[in-house]
Amino acid sequence: MNKHVSILVIGGGPAGLAAGVSAYKAGIKDVLIIERDVRLGGILNQCIHNGFGLHTFKEELTGPEYAARYISQVEELGVPYRLATIVTDLQLSDDGHTKIVTTMDEQGGLTVYEADAVILAMGCRERARGALNIPGERPAGIYTAGTAQYFVNLEGRMPGREVVILGSGDIGLIMARRMTLEGAHVKLVAELQPYSGGLKRNIVQCLDDYGIPLMLSHTVVKIHGDKRLTGVTIAEVDDKLSPIPGSEKFYECDTLLLSCGLLPENELSGQLGVNLSPVTFGAVVNESLETSVPGVFSCGNVLHVHDLVDYVSEEATAAGKHAAEYIQSGIVESAEGGSDEKVTRVITDGGVRYSVPSLLRADHMADLTTIRFRVGAVYKDVDVVTYADGRELARLHKRVMAPGEMEQLILRKSDLISEGVPSEYRITIENKAGQ
Amino acid sequence: MEHKELICINCPMGCMLSVDIDDNGEMTVTGNNCPRGDVYARKELTNPTRIVTSIVKVTNGELPVVSVKTKEDIPKDKIDAIIDELKDISVEAPVLIGETILKDVAGTGVDVIATKNIGRV
Amino acid sequence: MLKKQVVIVGAGVTGTCIARELSRRQLDVLIIERASDVCEGTSKANSGIAHSGYDAKPGTLKARFNIEGSRLMPQLAKELDFPYRNNGSLVLCFDEADMGALNELLERGRTNGVEGLKILSGDEVRGMEPNVSDEVVAALYAPTGGVVDPFLLTVAMAENAAVNGVEFSFDTEVTGIEKSSEGYILSCEQYPSIRNGLDSPGSLQIHADIVINAAGVHADRFHNMVSDRKIHLTPRKGEYCLLDKKVGGYVSATLFQLPTAKGKGVLVTPTVHGNLMVGPTAVDVEDPDKTDTSADGLNAVIATGSKSVKNLPSKGNIITSFAGLRAHEDGGDFIIEEVSDAPGFIDVAGIESPGLTVAPAIGRYVSELVDGMCHPQMKADFTATRQGIPSVALADTGERRRLIEQNPLYAKVICRCELVTEGEIVDAIRRPVGAVTLDGIKRRVRAGMGRCQAGFCTPKQVNILARELGVDISQITKKGGSSGLLTGYPKDEKDITRKGGASHE
Repeated sequence: MNKHVSILVIGGGPAGLAAGVSAYKAGIKDVLIIERDVRLGGILNQCIHNGFGLHTFKEELTGPEYAARYISQVEELGVPYRLATIVTDLQLSDDGHTKIVTTMDEQGGLTVYEADAVILAMGCRERARGALNIPGERPAGIYTAGTAQYFVNLEGRMPGREVVILGSGDIGLIMARRMTLEGAHVKLVAELQPYSGGLKRNIVQCLDDYGIPLMLSHTVVKIHGDKRLTGVTIAEVDDKLSPIPGSEKFYECDTLLLSCGLLPENELSGQLGVNLSPVTFGAVVNESLETSVPGVFSCGNVLHVHDLVDYVSEEATAAGKHAAEYIQSGIVESAEGGSDEKVTRVITDGGVRYSVPSLLRADHMADLTTIRFRVGAVYKDVDVVTYADGRELARLHKRVMAPGEMEQLILRKSDLISEGVPSEYRITIENKAGQ
Repeated sequence: MEHKELICINCPMGCMLSVDIDDNGEMTVTGNNCPRGDVYARKELTNPTRIVTSIVKVTNGELPVVSVKTKEDIPKDKIDAIIDELKDISVEAPVLIGETILKDVAGTGVDVIATKNIGRV
Repeated sequence: MLKKQVVIVGAGVTGTCIARELSRRQLDVLIIERASDVCEGTSKANSGIAHSGYDAKPGTLKARFNIEGSRLMPQLAKELDFPYRNNGSLVLCFDEADMGALNELLERGRTNGVEGLKILSGDEVRGMEPNVSDEVVAALYAPTGGVVDPFLLTVAMAENAAVNGVEFSFDTEVTGIEKSSEGYILSCEQYPSIRNGLDSPGSLQIHADIVINAAGVHADRFHNMVSDRKIHLTPRKGEYCLLDKKVGGYVSATLFQLPTAKGKGVLVTPTVHGNLMVGPTAVDVEDPDKTDTSADGLNAVIATGSKSVKNLPSKGNIITSFAGLRAHEDGGDFIIEEVSDAPGFIDVAGIESPGLTVAPAIGRYVSELVDGMCHPQMKADFTATRQGIPSVALADTGERRRLIEQNPLYAKVICRCELVTEGEIVDAIRRPVGAVTLDGIKRRVRAGMGRCQAGFCTPKQVNILARELGVDISQITKKGGSSGLLTGYPKDEKDITRKGGASHE
């Protein structure tokens, strides 16, 4: 017998927790969070460094502490959840309205749920060596930064002693400090791009504090070692990111940590036929964070990779609320707008890589909508300008913007539709003179 | 007259701070977008502090280690001494979030506290 | 001194196929393997193709065994439950001027006895395989071609051989072979390992009546220890790129390019597990142990593979790359015979492509050679079949429920990319000749084989291995020997500087 739930949240990390709590508070008590790990909190459990929650709680928390704030809300409210349970299949019923969710776990075996709405909150994974296609041998000692973080912070074991880090993503920077503090020797962080992918505070506090060099425009071109890693060859790259012949240098090390980007884990979303963005690899969503499949919402790192958990929580809270509204409205309609409804497409150009959301249905918009976006390069002293069908709406001066830091702007509905619902809302960067 | 460049770490903005220190030690901070940048620059140049996070061994716990932090900022030059003091500590599960693991670590007057719950097995 | 009737050197696909055939007989058989697992050399890094047999020159051992191997494969896959799929193969011809060579291949195949061969026009090929390049003018279609999992084929053979009494000695290297009055004395170095124990004896000698040299790229070294008629093998490196399952359906048949003097060229093929694979290159190298990939090699793989199909979907879809070494004998054919000046010493050398396909046929043939030498009785209680480890990922809902009922660990997912459960991983470890390493688990049940490449499940797998093998997690390795994953405890280093930088070496 299949079990019915109103809203099923896939993932009990920061996004799933906030989404579940929000949906519950909005009046849908029949919500269920499915978490694959044995505890709630997701990746925050291994992010034991501080720096979380400044925005949400106005204080600086560690990852587990930040997770605990949401977990205690889940416990106090009594939001239902299941641990050590994985979603294996996600399908639509024949009429397209019900989402059929199959889970497996050791205690309960195989369970099938029928959900009216689903919130996708599966998070992301790290780009692995294979995806980087680094040539060389295949020894032990090559880990993603997150795997190393798990071993050190949750298992209390060292994955290596002489460490080179490829990629200056935040987890890599954090692990440079963690490994150093715990007794390893971090030789360098090599970054392919001419700028760091991580937050500035992490470069200061994780690298500069410990004298760890950040080598921009460098990459690992060869991996050495038959059984355990014995070293890596690092080369400088040109402006096309190709290694410059003759610049190769060998560094002895027993460990290579990879921090080369995060990818939303949308394999399940694919099963449902959710439209994915070729830029973010996350779902294409509207102002309600609803995907192309009605009643399926997405938030957090499975939607687009965030750098601050605070914004994950904020986004997930919105998704939870919208999912509750979807249930309460009792109307099933196309997420891309009904035939008679005018949908505004969010266009990004001039250096803006993408936005979330990328579709706006004026009828469904609240007074204020948060639009999050990232830029494709480092920009200094520029204007972020927004247009509704060519009519300038806002112009915001930015002293600096970098690909590693998510930007956001607040769109006022009354501004957007003051001259009718536009077909295009454009976000672009202007005044790039001197760049 | 001395000039220093810093990156403010108070928030993701990461403002580029420019500090001029005159012969009397008076500092002038520019480049900050908010007052916190000014405070940060002055502190970083006179008394830099950090929160230290690490792990401590746990016996009979559902995990072999518990994450900990200094309850408040500690002077940056005390980081090594703090980690050294944490080396030989072991706590018995259960551990509760916020529980004091070590009082007055490395003479800083700051306690080390647990940052997660560890159940007993 | 340990005495054995038959010692096989090398637990690759050839060695284990021979062992399995010998295990039908009342013989005392030992396989000695330098690595920590079966299939660690040439057998693990190849195209995974069950070749139909049109390629080899008529009259060669390659041709003879290829046809037999190709015919045996479907039945064996059922008997021993390893993944095999008959997907057919196409040899693509890109130039009208090469039609002669394509027809020659057709004729050669017919002479060899390959069934169903025919030449298709470019349009016929594209009708079958819409993504095949517009440059293709014709192709040789071989409906009997197939794909197989080389590792699981080897594991199946090894498990079945073990069940029928063959012994295995892993982490054991043969360092010398000497003729004795009756047979051979093998000097071995047995390394401390999880299988051998940390107090393994070190050096040991084994007396064997018959030695079977199935040592892959090292077979020439062992041959030359006992014979004055020296042979020479050249390790020929092939690099491959493995692509995500998302694009596994880009082609359905195995696409070869018309062979050149250096081998079969670069192929584009679905794997038996539904990935897309492109490779190999063919470069002769010196070191028989070095299987590193190179930027040039991997670029060449993609560039050459791109000739076969339109818009090869490599960008963003490469999940891993690897290289293997084929043992190329100077004469170009297999050497499978009792060495003329070393009675009781059987060479199985130069087993390059189509080595995987032919291994079961070689197993039969070598066993007959052994029969001729010592006339063993056949066993009455030989177990001919073997059941593979169930795959939860491939099971439908009903089968999953049945599996979970049988063992709830089949519901506990460890590797989420490939949907591999703890039940399967425990099976992989507890089987005869079971896994002791992360790579061993990966190859048996695909845990960590997916797009995250074990990022999430490595710690979990390490803990399961340690629990099942009764050791601390610090002893768990990626691939045996010194490939340990962990290096100790936090804060336990003596001289901690807590400073980074490359200058303080």
